[in-house]
Amino acid sequence: MNGESPSNSASDTSESVIDGTSDTSESVIDRSSSARVRQLRRTWRGFRANSLASAGLVVVSVVVVVGVFSYVDEALFDSALIKAVYYSPFEPRFVPLEGPSPAHPFGTDTLGRDVLARTIYGAKVSIQVAVTAVVVAATIGSALGVVAGYAGGVVETIVMRVVDVMLGFPALVLAIGLVAALGFSLTNVIIALGIVYVPQFARIARSTALSVSSEEYVDAARALGYSTPHIVFREVLPNCISPLLVQASLLMAFAIIAEASLSFLGLGVQPPTPTWGQMVSDGSGYLTSAPWISLFPGGAIFVTVLGFNLVGDGLRDALDPRESTERRF
Amino acid sequence: MNYRHVAIRVLQTVPVLFGVSVVVFIIIHSAPGDPVVNLLGIQATEENVAQLREAYGLNEPLYVQYLHWISGVLQGDLGQSITRERSVSALILSRLPATLFLAVASMVVATVIAIPAGVVSAVRKGSVSDHTVTVGALTGISVPNFWLGLILILVFARTFELLPPGNYVSPAANPVESLKHVLLPAITVGTAYAALLARQTRSSMLDNINREYVKMAKSKGLSSRKVFVRHALKQALLPVITVAGLQFGYLLSATVVVEQIFAWPGMGRLIWSAVRQQDYPTVQGTVLVIAALFVFINLLVDMAYAYLDPRVSVS
Repeated sequence: MNGESPSNSASDTSESVIDGTSDTSESVIDRSSSARVRQLRRTWRGFRANSLASAGLVVVSVVVVVGVFSYVDEALFDSALIKAVYYSPFEPRFVPLEGPSPAHPFGTDTLGRDVLARTIYGAKVSIQVAVTAVVVAATIGSALGVVAGYAGGVVETIVMRVVDVMLGFPALVLAIGLVAALGFSLTNVIIALGIVYVPQFARIARSTALSVSSEEYVDAARALGYSTPHIVFREVLPNCISPLLVQASLLMAFAIIAEASLSFLGLGVQPPTPTWGQMVSDGSGYLTSAPWISLFPGGAIFVTVLGFNLVGDGLRDALDPRESTERRF
Repeated sequence: MNYRHVAIRVLQTVPVLFGVSVVVFIIIHSAPGDPVVNLLGIQATEENVAQLREAYGLNEPLYVQYLHWISGVLQGDLGQSITRERSVSALILSRLPATLFLAVASMVVATVIAIPAGVVSAVRKGSVSDHTVTVGALTGISVPNFWLGLILILVFARTFELLPPGNYVSPAANPVESLKHVLLPAITVGTAYAALLARQTRSSMLDNINREYVKMAKSKGLSSRKVFVRHALKQALLPVITVAGLQFGYLLSATVVVEQIFAWPGMGRLIWSAVRQQDYPTVQGTVLVIAALFVFINLLVDMAYAYLDPRVSVS
């Protein structure tokens, strides 16, 4: 936090720019990366000061930990860990449709499986799909958008027309079309949602890259004779990160709902793997007699999505200077 | 209204619609398995398969198949359903009214809640009502609609028996009954949409409240209510209309899921059953029609925007 005061660094920069030697351009570039670190610290401070955003981060962290636990437990230990302390999410060994009780806090489902154990395991698919799909979409979309924004011309026109076409589909309808063709499985749901969210990132990356490309340090890098890929991925892209990060956390919230919607419709990950959407659907026929089957996993979706939205909103507020000046009044 | 802008905007939709049709075609044709074998069953003889492939034009190169399909589409022929003895166009025409009715009802519900909530929230910034609206909007965006729908059915249809749990009744046949039946599904679909609109209304009202012209109107001695409604709200609604159009896709996506819960015989259930039965021509047709509808709505929104805001020029 003990960075130089802003006035100092500003005068340094202007002096060195006036200087105009190659040495100076290097220092402009260095300045841009240290400014980035300062901005990240400022963002983090702003984020922490926002109690709702911090609460969201706690929720998201808990769900991610539960998801990772279920993943490791199922993949490496054949569900031995959860069985050691609780019940198996898969074995139908209890009385079906039993209401919540100390033994089964979330009750049991139609086949006599513990709903809490299944809700814990449901976090696995939700987190896996949301994180992977958004990372895939962010990687492809940001790369396309930044290249389009920096290069301009024909490349930009082609990328943006494809983006326009993709945005011509309502997201979930496109996802349904894709899983219809690919088949209903975990990988295909990830591929489908990954494709659906590419244009959102491409659009944001392009508009940010457009404004970043006219910055001094990009000119400096160009003057230094750096290669275009170097400029695009080392200079332009890192400076477009903030809005992309906000978009990523908000899209995770959408991805969790989208995955749950596909599962609810029976077009997502298939049984016996428990998913929250599928569990809500399983209980929908027993609404009056056993509402807990649907209510608890649905509540888990709600809380997780709320967490991601709080984090996204908090990030946006911490990064958007317009919003913070408004708050000063 | 600027007619040149309108004409250019209409022309711009043509390549988008063309792109949409290509994407739909490619997606459906990348499905694994031979559609003819799917149709005839695995016991079909090779001769039968070859005959039918020929009849459906499946031996042609892909672009010829596309041209064949798209020329049919332009004449209103979306092909034949594999699992039902009807044309895809007829199936869609029979389902479209229910979906449109639900979408419009949801939009009405959402607007009636969102605009006043957003205005109050902005005008009384920092008050209890502002916080209520902000938290409400966040909740509305985060709640999965299928879960909300089930809760509404449980509370209003099963426990208190106030409203029927969906089931479409045509508004032409019985307007009152039909409104009763559409209320729960419309609230379910409209909640997230309302949340998005309320957020946008709040932020664009805030943008406008501090502008010079609002201060000017106030200093002229107009009551603040008049100033907010006549001046600020009118300007603030422009971005809200844009968001309403862009998020209409969200509304269409939501109806696909919500129709399932409320036994609503619309496009969503049609897509769902077609996907389950691997009825690819129907999937292809319904996805195309929904996307086209979305593109068309966005075109209308842009025109409404151009009509309301004379500053808009061709970009």
